[in-house]
Amino acid sequence: MDFIIQNILNALQWGSFYALIALGYTLVYGVLRLINFAHGDIFMVGAYIAFFLATTMLGPSFGLSPFMTFVIAVPLTMALTACVGVTLERIAYRPLRRKGAHRLYVVITALMCGLILEYGNLAVLGASRLKFPDLIEKSIWSVGDVTMTNLKVIVIVAAVVVFIFLNFIVTKTKIGMAMRGISYDKFAIPLMGIPIDSIIVFTFILGSGFAGLAGLLFAMSYPILEPFMGMIIGWKAFIAAVVGGIGDIRGAFYGGFLLGFIEVGVVTVFPSTYRDLFAFSILLLILWIKPTGLFGMPQSTKI
Amino acid sequence: MSLLKIDGLTQRFGGLQAVSEFNIEMKGGELMGLIGPNGAGKTTIFNLVSGFYQPTEGTITLDGTPTAGLKPHQVTSLGVARTFQNIRLWHDMTVLDNIRIAQHYRMGYSVWDSVIRGRKYRECEQRILKIAEELLDAMSLTEYAREFPKNLPYGLQRRVEIARAMSIQPKLLLLDEPAAGLNSSDVEGLIKLIRWIHDSFDITILMIEHQMKVVTSLCQWIKVIDFGATIAEGTAEDIQSNPAVIKAYLGDDTI
Amino acid sequence: MQKYSLNVLMAALAVMLLALAHFRIIDNYIQAVLMFVGINIMMSTSLNLVNGNMGEFTCGHAAFMCMGAYTSSVLSVLFFGKNFGPPMFPESMAMIVFPAIILLGGVAASLTSVLVAVPAFKTRDDYLAIITIAVNYMVISAIENMDFIGGSRGFQGMKDTVWAMNDTISFPWMLFWVITFTVFCVWTIRRFITSTYGKGVNAVCQDEVAAEIMSVNTNKIKLVNFMISAGLAGCAGGLFAHIVGYVNPQSFNILKSTEAMVMVYLGGMGSLSGAVISAIVFTGLLEVLRSQALVDAMLSPVTLFFPDWDPSAGVIKWVFIPLLLVLIMQFRPEGIMGNKELSDVFPKLKKYYTFK
Repeated sequence: MDFIIQNILNALQWGSFYALIALGYTLVYGVLRLINFAHGDIFMVGAYIAFFLATTMLGPSFGLSPFMTFVIAVPLTMALTACVGVTLERIAYRPLRRKGAHRLYVVITALMCGLILEYGNLAVLGASRLKFPDLIEKSIWSVGDVTMTNLKVIVIVAAVVVFIFLNFIVTKTKIGMAMRGISYDKFAIPLMGIPIDSIIVFTFILGSGFAGLAGLLFAMSYPILEPFMGMIIGWKAFIAAVVGGIGDIRGAFYGGFLLGFIEVGVVTVFPSTYRDLFAFSILLLILWIKPTGLFGMPQSTKI
Repeated sequence: MSLLKIDGLTQRFGGLQAVSEFNIEMKGGELMGLIGPNGAGKTTIFNLVSGFYQPTEGTITLDGTPTAGLKPHQVTSLGVARTFQNIRLWHDMTVLDNIRIAQHYRMGYSVWDSVIRGRKYRECEQRILKIAEELLDAMSLTEYAREFPKNLPYGLQRRVEIARAMSIQPKLLLLDEPAAGLNSSDVEGLIKLIRWIHDSFDITILMIEHQMKVVTSLCQWIKVIDFGATIAEGTAEDIQSNPAVIKAYLGDDTI
Repeated sequence: MQKYSLNVLMAALAVMLLALAHFRIIDNYIQAVLMFVGINIMMSTSLNLVNGNMGEFTCGHAAFMCMGAYTSSVLSVLFFGKNFGPPMFPESMAMIVFPAIILLGGVAASLTSVLVAVPAFKTRDDYLAIITIAVNYMVISAIENMDFIGGSRGFQGMKDTVWAMNDTISFPWMLFWVITFTVFCVWTIRRFITSTYGKGVNAVCQDEVAAEIMSVNTNKIKLVNFMISAGLAGCAGGLFAHIVGYVNPQSFNILKSTEAMVMVYLGGMGSLSGAVISAIVFTGLLEVLRSQALVDAMLSPVTLFFPDWDPSAGVIKWVFIPLLLVLIMQFRPEGIMGNKELSDVFPKLKKYYTFK
């Protein structure tokens, strides 16, 4: 029993990371119908930004306490990562959108931007792995054989809070209504007097900001940073978002946790090398049965 | 035997009953009109006949063959062709290619033949090309054979779409609002075209149309539907004086 | 005259290259680059069939390459190698059996593509993209878990077949086979896609509903198209394995698929000549940027200020190429050729050649 609860906790933690990144994918996709393949790398950049912020603030010039560093690093990381996301949108995606390029060319551009971020990082910082400093004093609670760290709780709570917040923004606010509007008809929206570019920038701020948060939390949980850390987790989060039904906030959230549970479930039963094989087979099966994902609406063709 | 026989056709989308208990029987060579207010379920009937939807209840029989469970391309190969309310040509292929591709069901060669390009391939392609060219000639579209449909005026696009449907060599032609978006001189041409097709190819035509001029001058028999059910049928004169029809179009209080 | 001009030109070029290689006028390095150009042409034209002509968005093309590479490698070792016991065929048979080995790799790959083609009946666009990515991961992960073919350590021993061919008759065999299969691939695709049967693929891309109602069996067309595309990618994989002499599941990961996608979209969706041109340009760029001296020269303005910074060419290459692509996309958002062929862009060329 303890074993099962322990694994459920682990799955929740992994699922939280997937969910946080998948939310960013789904936000941008929901508005622009653009698969922002650079998103996983924005997550990686977020982790690096967090690293540099943390080491600077802990360092001799500021000398802040670890907890204060954490408190300041969270908003600052989110803001700076959001800047990276917006920059990508501004210099790479927007000109293409203006020129009316085929949707897939924008996707390829995103893929290329991701590569630039990965290899640019590798070129500038070298291949050495960085060790993220401890920001929060680790406290471990044990109930029976189940161990729970405060970090795990923070990660899971963060994912849930972000989900509730984004769900609120998208479904209840005026700007969320504009975001949903753009996804239906990009051409009618400017005619209705809605500033389409500002809405898109706002979307990127939200998506990238939370990717930055995910990066910070990931770096705190698994304190080794390397330039390709965002690649696999990004692709997987994207798959999670699609299995949930891409474009739907709930889909990304539940899809992320679903993937977390499948992966942890596979690893507890089979050797860990089978993780990808089984996880992806299950996801493929889900998509065979429900081609538009768990929450996706079946698209009706009208003739 | 009747060419098209629809019996008790009912289609539900969730709670919406788009078509209810619809019956029709068409003999070979008939030209029938299907009219009714917007959203009455006319296009749904076309979608059901062409196999795009599977009916909730009821049967559709084509020349003695029930079409239940057939895919649209299989229904088409039984000899049903249709046009669309909004023109759906393949806009980035030439008019000639549009008409050639619609003969896919009697292509007569396999993938291997297309790669090896033996005698069978050449003969089949020549046959397809000949049919296409004859049809373009008959519909006076030859000069546009190499054009892309997207560059043609709307009236010509309609004509190309009808030509594409005709290249299937159908027994039954379904025309979904052929006059929509045409100006009055184009409409005159269209009426002539449809009459000419009907007479010279000896086929059965079922058409949806809103413009009464087209319907009254072409159709021998008219069926009026509203909310998925038939409310009247008869010749053009019968329909125009039928109170149920007037009510469906204009509402209760006007008279 | 123009009917055969291109064929004659191609044949002459092939004979010339083979002769140059045979008499060692071009060295092994240049031969290797030429062979990679061929393989990339096969990858990009075959992916173009699905992503360009059919307008789907599949991003797991390397999975099929992987299947082809492993199948033909295993067969090759089984037939002529010593890893799985004594060779089944005498050395002299190698040059006859080799194309069959490669083709069987293609068959295995095209059977794998059913995994992708069947979901494609019901869904398309981004959902299909995901399915292809998942299939890519699945294939790699499955092979990594098969210990009898080396698992994640990789698999080797195919060079035995190449040496067997060389021992029988000394000739640049691999170059010969790569040229043959590349021509075969482009020719097959061209013939398929210009037949009325194959134009059904374009019809599915432009309006699937109209295609289905106008009697095109869309499911069959999709299946056939996926299988041809995957089969040719499988052949490319088999050749790749025999050139390198070593395969590793991770060499067919999502990055390899990305390369194929880049070539397709760089060339222009649906343009066969675009796919060929972009494969040549892309492979050329990859090779040119391998030279550390060139990269150092390019970066000299920066290294002047940061003398400690010493990036390797292998890393800078992957910053530079994506950057270049992003820039190309900004100026030509439809790729090099758009959806046109070379003879559409330069109508005068039609006088000199026809390509069927």
